[in-house]
Amino acid sequence: MCASGTAVGLVLGFLLARYRAIFFAMLSLAFSMILYGLLVRSPELGSTDGFNVAARTIAGVPLAGAVGRHALFVLACLSAFVSAAILHRYLGSHLGRLTPAIRDNELRVEYLGASVRNVVHLNLVMASALAGAGGAFTALAVGHVDPETAYWTTSGEFVFVAILSGTGSVAAPFVGAALLELLRNFAYAHAPNTWQLVVGGVMLLVILFLPEGLWSLFRRRMARGA
Amino acid sequence: MGAILETTRLTKTFGAVTAAENISLAIGEDTVVGLIGGNGAGKTTFVNLVTGYLTPTAGAVRFAGEEITGLSPRRITRMGICRSFQIPQVFDSLSTRENLLVGLGIVALGKGAFATQTAVAGRTPEAAAGEMLARFRLESFKDAPARVLPEGVRKLLDIAMALAVKPRILMLDEPTSGVSAEEKFALMDLVLGAVRADRVTVLFVEHDMEIVRRYAQRVLAFYEGRVIADGAAAEVLDQAEVRRYVVGGAAATPVREPSC
Repeated sequence: MCASGTAVGLVLGFLLARYRAIFFAMLSLAFSMILYGLLVRSPELGSTDGFNVAARTIAGVPLAGAVGRHALFVLACLSAFVSAAILHRYLGSHLGRLTPAIRDNELRVEYLGASVRNVVHLNLVMASALAGAGGAFTALAVGHVDPETAYWTTSGEFVFVAILSGTGSVAAPFVGAALLELLRNFAYAHAPNTWQLVVGGVMLLVILFLPEGLWSLFRRRMARGA
Repeated sequence: MGAILETTRLTKTFGAVTAAENISLAIGEDTVVGLIGGNGAGKTTFVNLVTGYLTPTAGAVRFAGEEITGLSPRRITRMGICRSFQIPQVFDSLSTRENLLVGLGIVALGKGAFATQTAVAGRTPEAAAGEMLARFRLESFKDAPARVLPEGVRKLLDIAMALAVKPRILMLDEPTSGVSAEEKFALMDLVLGAVRADRVTVLFVEHDMEIVRRYAQRVLAFYEGRVIADGAAAEVLDQAEVRRYVVGGAAATPVREPSC
């Protein structure tokens, strides 16, 4: 699944890396909706019900049972940590430094001799690989693949995490994802009928008062401490 | 010494407007050339044609003997022609130091993209950035994000970034526009001092004739897309035609024109 994610990112990247901002967002959403449409209309893959993923073994440990579930959890944590470490290293490298520079001023990056499109494409492939890996772990943990995960609201959750946490550090989205989960559980428990309203309200507050996300609070503190 | 930059019958038309007409010239290595002319005379068009932002309608550009006509700005930059902009093009959210590191990192890219500290010519990008900050007297601004820098400092940073990628030709589009009158000479001294240490050929677009007279070894005067005078600074600036079309009003009031 991670490999297919990488492949999809590589192929779609040729088109997507040409677009920016709202056009990029709409185009990538369009691709996910095409996938959703295909899944829902494929009786072989269970249509709207999705399909089950048979429990397998990981390194000889069967996934079924408590031991297997622990093994899966440990493996997921380990992969998350390793990918985070690799990404952190990447963002500090000569190549990785180009990413925030491209966000600021593409013209200048080209006039310093680097290809903006290649960097955007590479980032897209890495994001697809990570998303594929995430999807694979989810499928193994749940034992089921629901076409709803290809629906645009799932993409919206990741956007929410990015807005909530900011893009200042590799650690930020981990904190953001945990907070979103907490927030959603909290909202669900206290306002079961209007929980989306609570989540949306928090998003609005973050955009208004912390446009660079929660991570900017950490950074400000670090800057003051230094 | 052979010509490092050569244009033959370089022409660019936008509809009925001719922004560059039959520009043929050769510029030798290790020279400082001033480009002068009123608004719309074709100075910036010339810079844009050489750096690949515009594709010429006709004619050719050769750099160190190699044809570069129609190549992308990125390719031309990598070959060794770099530019600064009339309106500084910097990375606003990055610090002065990080801005320089982006450029220095691009140079190091070829030697290992995922490395964090690759030495180029015996210096790591970090060390080279420190050296450039010192050379351009930007040390007191090194941790400030570029968006808060004063205009003159942004201008310096823009030029420093162009120099970070080790060009053989540096094109400066109005390096002193937006800089206060008393800071202009200091800025030019600083820039040319830093640039000349590397024996880089410099072409600069300038409206201030005092600056041109003082810093340019050779002057190209543009008028309506043509080069109407080409020679030593003092010689060109005293020509009747140049005085009438270029020096007259433009010298007294440096007017902003849109770059690129």
